[in-house]
Amino acid sequence: MDAQDLSKLRQIKLKNIKRKKATKKGKKRLSRSWQGDFALSILLIGFGLFSAYPLVFTIANAFKPLDEIFLFPPRLFPRNFTFDNFTDLFNLIGNTRIPISRYFYNTIFITVIGVSGHVLLAALAAYPLAKHKFPGKALINQLIVYSLMFSSLVTAVPNYLVISWLGLIDTHLAIIIPSWGFTLGLFLMRQFMVTIPTELLEAAKMDGAGEYRVFFKVVMPLVKPAWLTVIILLFQQLWSTDGGSYIFTENLKPLSFALQQIVSGGIARTGASAAVALLMLVVPISVFIISQSRIIDTMAHSGIK
Amino acid sequence: MTINTKFKQSLFKQMKSKRVYYGMMAPFLLIFFTFTILPVIMSLFLSFTTFDMLNPPKWVWLENYITLLLYDDVFLIALRNTFILAIIIGPISYAASFIFAWLINELPAKIRWILTVVFYAPSISGSAFLLWQLIFNGDMYGYLNAFLINLNIIDAPILWLKTPQYALVIIIIVQLWLSLGISFLSFVAGLQTVDKSLYEAAAIDGIKNRWQELWYVTLPQMMPQLMFGALMQITSSFGIASVSTQLLGFPSVEYSGHTIVTHLIDFGAGSQRMELGYASAIATILFLIMMVANLGVQKILRRVGT
Repeated sequence: MDAQDLSKLRQIKLKNIKRKKATKKGKKRLSRSWQGDFALSILLIGFGLFSAYPLVFTIANAFKPLDEIFLFPPRLFPRNFTFDNFTDLFNLIGNTRIPISRYFYNTIFITVIGVSGHVLLAALAAYPLAKHKFPGKALINQLIVYSLMFSSLVTAVPNYLVISWLGLIDTHLAIIIPSWGFTLGLFLMRQFMVTIPTELLEAAKMDGAGEYRVFFKVVMPLVKPAWLTVIILLFQQLWSTDGGSYIFTENLKPLSFALQQIVSGGIARTGASAAVALLMLVVPISVFIISQSRIIDTMAHSGIK
Repeated sequence: MTINTKFKQSLFKQMKSKRVYYGMMAPFLLIFFTFTILPVIMSLFLSFTTFDMLNPPKWVWLENYITLLLYDDVFLIALRNTFILAIIIGPISYAASFIFAWLINELPAKIRWILTVVFYAPSISGSAFLLWQLIFNGDMYGYLNAFLINLNIIDAPILWLKTPQYALVIIIIVQLWLSLGISFLSFVAGLQTVDKSLYEAAAIDGIKNRWQELWYVTLPQMMPQLMFGALMQITSSFGIASVSTQLLGFPSVEYSGHTIVTHLIDFGAGSQRMELGYASAIATILFLIMMVANLGVQKILRRVGT
């Protein structure tokens, strides 16, 4: 090694040292004043309470006896903890022609088939769009981004026509099949799949695996975080669907519809409504809590370049 | 001519050699075209017709649009309300999503995890805004009424949900409570992927405070997430409807909480009126508003950090 190289090396080292010092200095300069920190913490706590209070309250209300729900000033936590609201709710539903289990089954059926079908179809479509080249790819990608720019409310009328032409009115498929085409899900899957190293796919192909094999054995396991994200987003939608104008037959209606009927019963049903609110709330939030870190993983790639 | 046919042949060959990919995409794309692309085209076509599903559509040129914009007073109220709501809720929600994501980004991982759940929970809680009904209830038992009566500010309960002048304020409060949604998640995630060494480099280059750091380093790095967040925010801000219909009723008193979407529901499939051509004209206008807002905001966002 000659002298020139050595001096270069020294320079680089020197630079590094300088840089480190500068970083420390920089950190000091960027250090926060305690007043600023204090103000920001207050803001965080304030907004945290604003978002959490109604939720905690909803949960607490479900376990309060009626007189405590109407108590003023409202107490956050129940004094006489009770399950009366839930028994009320089940009695109410038990009196109707259709058993509650039927509504539960409908919602679970729609949600499970809708979500799993979507994950499979969207992942299958996202894989070539993310990792391969073929004519028409740019056009499809563009269409997908554009279709994120308007909400599905805009197409409600023609959607109804299409669904009725296909003869799907008054079946669960009227909700399930359109949910398979949930564009946001495809978009998030694609963004996430772009990050899969191409070498990995090449290696699998070298071993003689076909595209479908590569997809199921390599790609699908790698994009689990994306699945979970898409699952929670679609789950939320399907869980709260009330069948809208697509389902008329009473015993095909989802849970959300039955619960809305109870809530609209007015003040006499306040206790049961509180129990309903809790039921509708707990499931999506628990799913989110379980899968949060994976979801954040996926959303990191959600960006549009 | 020969070049053209050659090109066509090679395109065809290319497509043939990649047919496995088309096969993979086919099921999704089929559904996507049937339920997203085709409806947009149909909606555009139907907006120039009158159609009630029983008789075939009748072409009426611009009649629907003329009626909508010149004679339908309720639509004008809806248009005004939609813009007021979108212009207030959109930017505030967007800014709040970013600011809160940014604030919790520096906290220890566990606290950040808890706060993410707390902030995001309202937007997935579905029917939890039933609770707002308890708060704004019009009788003595409504929390807000009871609270104000106790303080002697008012002496009789106010029908919050049935008084036109409070309608938009109530929608705004509830929407802001729901505001930290998917764009918030996208920001939380994006902030965690910003390369930390960039901050060190920036400090050397003379960035002085956290605001400069935010503007010159963080925001440009977050650009893709900012774009995505804006898209989601605009689409949802112009599409506000369910809070209005579920809290204020449908239709709300004197149409005080009426938005373009509730107007659309009023005429659309499954409604009493079934004027599908007219509903399509409403939908087309909403579609154009959303597209223009989105493309405009994307253009503005590209200037951040310069």
